Amino acid sequence: MLAVAPDLLREVAGRRRIAIISATNGKTTTTRLLADGLRACGYPVASNHTGANMPAGVAAALGRDATSDVAIIEVDERWVPKVIDPLHAELLVLGNLTRDQLDRFGEVRSIALRWRAVCDTHPDLAVVANASDPHVVWSVGAHASVTWVALGAPWRSDAATCPQCAALLTWSADTFHCDHCGFTQPEATYALTGGHLTTPDGEIALELQLQGDWNRMNAALALTAAIDHFHVDPMTAVRGMRAVEVVSGRFSTVRLPDGREVPVVLAKNPAGWTEVLRWLQPTDRAVVLAVNAHVADGRDPSWLWDVPYELLRGKAVAASGERCLDVAVRLGYGGVDHIVEPDPLEAAAALPGAVTIVASYTQFTHLTRASW
Amino acid sequence: MRDSAVRVGLVYPDLLGTYGDRGNAVVLVERCRRRGIDAELVEVAAGTPIPESLDVYLFGGGEDDAQIMAAAGMRDSRAAIDRALTGGAAVFAVCAGFQLLGTTYEASDGEILDGLGLVDLSTRAGAGRLIGECVVEPAPSSGLPTLTGFENHGGRTTLGPGIAPLGRVTVGHGNGVPYASGTLVDGVLVEHILGTYLHGPALPRNAALADHLLGWVLGLDAITPLTDPVAVIVAQLRSERLAAALLTGLAARRRDWHLNRG
Repeated sequence: MLAVAPDLLREVAGRRRIAIISATNGKTTTTRLLADGLRACGYPVASNHTGANMPAGVAAALGRDATSDVAIIEVDERWVPKVIDPLHAELLVLGNLTRDQLDRFGEVRSIALRWRAVCDTHPDLAVVANASDPHVVWSVGAHASVTWVALGAPWRSDAATCPQCAALLTWSADTFHCDHCGFTQPEATYALTGGHLTTPDGEIALELQLQGDWNRMNAALALTAAIDHFHVDPMTAVRGMRAVEVVSGRFSTVRLPDGREVPVVLAKNPAGWTEVLRWLQPTDRAVVLAVNAHVADGRDPSWLWDVPYELLRGKAVAASGERCLDVAVRLGYGGVDHIVEPDPLEAAAALPGAVTIVASYTQFTHLTRASW
Repeated sequence: MRDSAVRVGLVYPDLLGTYGDRGNAVVLVERCRRRGIDAELVEVAAGTPIPESLDVYLFGGGEDDAQIMAAAGMRDSRAAIDRALTGGAAVFAVCAGFQLLGTTYEASDGEILDGLGLVDLSTRAGAGRLIGECVVEPAPSSGLPTLTGFENHGGRTTLGPGIAPLGRVTVGHGNGVPYASGTLVDGVLVEHILGTYLHGPALPRNAALADHLLGWVLGLDAITPLTDPVAVIVAQLRSERLAAALLTGLAARRRDWHLNRG
C-alpha cells in the first residue's frame, strides 16, 4: 500500500480543489462541518468524513466520488507530509496538537516538526490555523499565506514550554507569550467568543445542534476556512453546519435490552475526556466510563490521572472496560461513588435513567460496530 | 501525632507530569486523610523555587525540553531540598525525575544535562525505548512487597558503587543496564530518597509503596491499615497488573528462548 499510495492518491485526486484538515482532536467533525457548509453553498464536495484518515481511506473516499470538484479531506496528523503532494492540496486547516496515545513518546514535538516541514516547503499552500495553540503556531512558522483563528486554549497541559526555545511559556487569559525568545500568539483576524465567530465583517452566531464547547471550536475553524478560503456566503455556510446532527464515528447510540437508547461518545486523550466530562457534568445523566489499553487506546492508562473525573461526583457512575480496575481506583481516590462492571452494556443497564457511555478508542469501535 | 498537615509537594506538574504523575500526589494525600491525618497537596509551579517546607517531594516524568527546564529549577533549589531531607522529608522520583536525582543525563546527541546530584547515579539515552509492564522485587530488608508498574523510557541508568537499587526486575527492564552479577534492577533506594522507572502511576497501583513513603514522614505507628472499599479495589488492581505482567514476562522469555536457540 505504501509504495503505490502516492500514485494512487495522485490519480484519484485528479485536478480538483483539495483541502486537508488535521488535528489531534476534532478533525473528523471539522471535516464534516466544512464539507456540509460548502455543500449548503452549492459546491459538490467529496469527503472522507467517516474518520478513515490514512492514505487508504483517503484514496477510497476520493475514488468513490470522482466527479465533485472540491474535496475536504481529513488526514491523520502523522500522514500530512505524505499526502500533501500527491493530493496537490491548496488548503491546509490545522486545529490543535495535544498528547495522544501516551506510549508514543515525543508525539507532539515530532508531529509539530512534520507539519512545520510541510509549511516551510509549500509557500503557495493556503493555511487556516488555530492561533491559540502554541504547537500549531510554531508548526506554521513564518508561512506567508496564513489566516489565524483564535479558538481559545482550554487544554494547556501539553504546552508548558515554548515550542521554539523550550523556555517556560507565560499564559495570560487565553494568550501565550515566551519571555525568553519572544515567540508569541499571532494576531488573529477571526476569533471564537462564546457561541460566536468574530470575522472581519461582523459576528456570526454558530447555534449548532452538535453539543459541547469543542464542537464550537471545530465549527469556528471550519467556518473560517469556508469564508476566508472558499469565499462563500457566511450565513449560508453556517446554516449547512447547523444542520449537522451526528458526526459518524465520534458519537453513536446503542440500544439496551430494556429499550433505553444510550449515546456512546469517543474520548481519545486527556483533552478530549476533559471536554466530554465538562459537557456531562451539569446534566442528570448517569455515566459509564469504558476504558481499554490496546495500542490504539494507548497501552498505558496513566492518563486517567490527568482527567478531572471529580466532575462526576454525585452522579451514578460505572467503571468499565478491560481496564475497569484502573478506572475504579482513579474514581475511588477521587471520591466518585461508582459500580465496577467490565462490560459497558451491562454497566449501562445497571445504572438508572438516562445513561451516556464515554469510551476509549477500541471500546468505542467495538460498541458501535456491534450496533451497526 | 504531628500538629501540622502533611505537605505533599507535586514539583513542576506542568513539566514533570507526562504520565499521570499527579496520581501519586493524590494517593498520598488521600491515604493520609482516610486515616484522619490532615494533608494537603502543594503544587510547585514551574519557574518558582522549590520550598523547603514540604514533607514529600514528588518529581515526575517529562519529555526532553521539559526535563531541561525542570533540571534548571531543581538545581537552583538544591539547598532547600537538602535542608528538607535533613529535616526528615522524603523524595519520590519517577522516570525523568529519577534521572534528575543523579549527577548527569547524557542525551542521544551527546549533550549533557546536569542533575540534582542528590544520589551517585548517571543516565545515558539508550538505543530504543523500554516500554511495557514491569515488575520489581525489592530487597526483603526494605519491607516492601513486589511492585507493579508500567515503564516507558529511553534512559539507561547506572548506579554508583555501593548505591542500592529499589529492587530486582523480574519482568521488564528497569534501569536498563546490568547491575552486579548481571541482574537487571530498577530505581534507587538511599535513606529517604526513592527513585524508579515505574509509572502507572506507581502509588495507585502499589498501596504499600505509598504507605512506605508516608511511614518515613509520619512514623510507622501512624500507618494503620485501610479497609474502605477503595482499599479492596486497589488490591484487585495490583493483583491484575501482576498477573498481566507475568504473562508478558513469560511471552518475552519464550521469544528470547526461540531466538537464542537460533
